[in-house]
Amino acid sequence: MAVNRMFRTCPTTGLKFHQPAEALMKWNAVAAVVSLLVGGILALGVTLTRWQAVHLLAPDWFYLFLTAHGLNMLVFWIIFFEIAVLYFAGSTLLGCRLATPKMAWAGFWLMVAGALLNNYAVIFRQDSSVMFTSYAPMGAHPTFYLGLILFAVGALIGCFVFLGTLAVGKAEKTYNGSIPLVTFGALTACIIAIFTIASGAIILIPTFLWSLGLIEHIDSLMYRTVFWAFGHSSQQINVSAHVAIWYAIAAIAFGAKPMSERVSRAAFLLYIFFLQLASAHHLLVDPGLTSNWKIFNTSYAMYLAVLASMVHGLTVPGAIEVAQREKGFNKGLFEWLRKAPWGNPVFSGMFISLMGFGFLGGISGVMMGTEQLNLIIHNTLYVPGHFHATVVVGTTLAFMSLTYFLIPVLFRRQMMFPLLAKWQPYLFGLGMSGFALFMMGAGTLGMPRRHWDVSFAGNLFPHEFPGTAWLMIALMGISGLVAIVGGIIYLLITVGSVFLGKKIETPDFKYVKAREGMAPAPQPVAATLTAHHGNIGMAGFVAPGTFVLAIVFLTSFVLYYFVNWKYLSTVWPLS
Amino acid sequence: MAEPTQNVNFEEVLEEPIPAMQQLLDNPFLLLFIGIATPAVLYIIWGVMEIVNIPVAK
Ligand code: HEM
Ligand SMILES: [Cu+2]
Repeated sequence: MAVNRMFRTCPTTGLKFHQPAEALMKWNAVAAVVSLLVGGILALGVTLTRWQAVHLLAPDWFYLFLTAHGLNMLVFWIIFFEIAVLYFAGSTLLGCRLATPKMAWAGFWLMVAGALLNNYAVIFRQDSSVMFTSYAPMGAHPTFYLGLILFAVGALIGCFVFLGTLAVGKAEKTYNGSIPLVTFGALTACIIAIFTIASGAIILIPTFLWSLGLIEHIDSLMYRTVFWAFGHSSQQINVSAHVAIWYAIAAIAFGAKPMSERVSRAAFLLYIFFLQLASAHHLLVDPGLTSNWKIFNTSYAMYLAVLASMVHGLTVPGAIEVAQREKGFNKGLFEWLRKAPWGNPVFSGMFISLMGFGFLGGISGVMMGTEQLNLIIHNTLYVPGHFHATVVVGTTLAFMSLTYFLIPVLFRRQMMFPLLAKWQPYLFGLGMSGFALFMMGAGTLGMPRRHWDVSFAGNLFPHEFPGTAWLMIALMGISGLVAIVGGIIYLLITVGSVFLGKKIETPDFKYVKAREGMAPAPQPVAATLTAHHGNIGMAGFVAPGTFVLAIVFLTSFVLYYFVNWKYLSTVWPLS
Repeated sequence: MAEPTQNVNFEEVLEEPIPAMQQLLDNPFLLLFIGIATPAVLYIIWGVMEIVNIPVAK
């Protein structure tokens, strides 16, 4: 069988791109950005309706927009981008040809067909506004489920192409010993993705048959239980993927090496074991499942995964701090951070992503994943507040900052509008952080999510929300608009640069045919643990600033957690 | 394919045996198995068993 082995070496980074892998990365990234565009337009409609003072859309349109927003963002934008990341981490970082590019293309086109079919059901048929969760017995048109199934099969093929690429790299010896840490993070994402997609198939295929009338009945609790093995685990793909990107960007922007490869790998291993069990937090108030099951899955298991996230959240800035101090920014606690390249969107986006994910998404997630505390905020705006902090500030912003690196390296175009790009992470990241925070505020005061009219005007059982809740809603609307402006700028820069940007020409650029089995000369693996850091740091710590950040984080965490227990005790006055 | 004898076999050059933990981390397919089996048993199968055991109303 003829195998395409054409490689090019990026002149600035030295990365080796396999020609078919390169094309696949580009197409997946473009499909991702198109989904983001669609999801973003819908976000505007949803936000302007949730903002009570504007209350733009009519009820049926609101639910339609909300369904399509959730799907295009959470499923299509994120997963198309993740497949591009898998190919990058597999083929490019290992300097290895992509296994079975033809299968990878088949997977890609299945994903495109699935995304189109699903959007057709929601947007054009207008009979499938069942939300991203599509809880049975609420039924959508068969094309809704079929679209999701096709998309999932396509993504599954992408995962196996990635695993195949790891095997090819090993067989053809393009790497020695262990795969690099970033690829290991991508492998974690890929493993979680395979479990996620299998669970999706277990529940969506019967639901599809039910929508066709071939199956009588779908049990609603069974649906919800298996659905969340899909719906929640897919969020854990995102976490693994964006953590891998944090490590990659720390290495790209600072030449930072992980503080301890061993600890970082062990943390990814904890993800593989425990992260997906947290899915049970979606069922904390469902009757029928025992507290044993709920608490085992959300507490004992989830806290080990949380521990892993804290390890990553600590070692990434720690590695940056060490690299910066070695460059001479060694004064005081935070010179390394003050003198970081805040004008470079690759770095600023990644750092806001890390902070927002930890402080906003992480702390709120642990709070709401506690069985008793969950009751305070269940089905309120607190929930979308939490996940916009994780999946938008965390994942989406990390993907955006990686894009700024990929435009010259992968697409070989100069980035357009560099001044706008400088501001983009701040507008999007800080706007979104405010949006998430105010949503959580409104949710704490009881405002429901997924509700067209949260004022309950004309309702049989009216409810008066405190004025602060309405203030929160207004602030949420304003910060949401700021974030949307940030999103538009991102789209402008990426679409502009990729299609109209100035081509980067390298004089003797050509693809090189690599011989089978050809591998870079084996390099001795640096002994990370024994590497000494010269004379940096303070008081015996190599990264004292990160240590202080960690203490601040833990203090806020503990305080917030206990404030909520106190709050819970006032929800049901017992005396 | 390159002759195996021509390659330096790193595992032989190293004096110490590869630690068990590293062997696990270097084996993607074993990790895949663990990553699917753990949640399949603890979340899906356990959860589904509990639902199946709920008595049906008369
Ligand atoms: C500027 C960007 C964005 C804005 C202003 C925005 C705004 C909103 C608003 C107002 C809601 C409705 C909350 C409710 O009333 O229930 C919502 C829901 C949602 N958003 Fe976003 N969003 C943005 C970006 C994203 C991104 C990037 C993702 C995913 C990666 C995302 C995922 C979701 C999901 C999954 C829902 C819930 C849908 C459901 O309830 O089924 N959003 N968003
Ligand atoms: Cu979840």
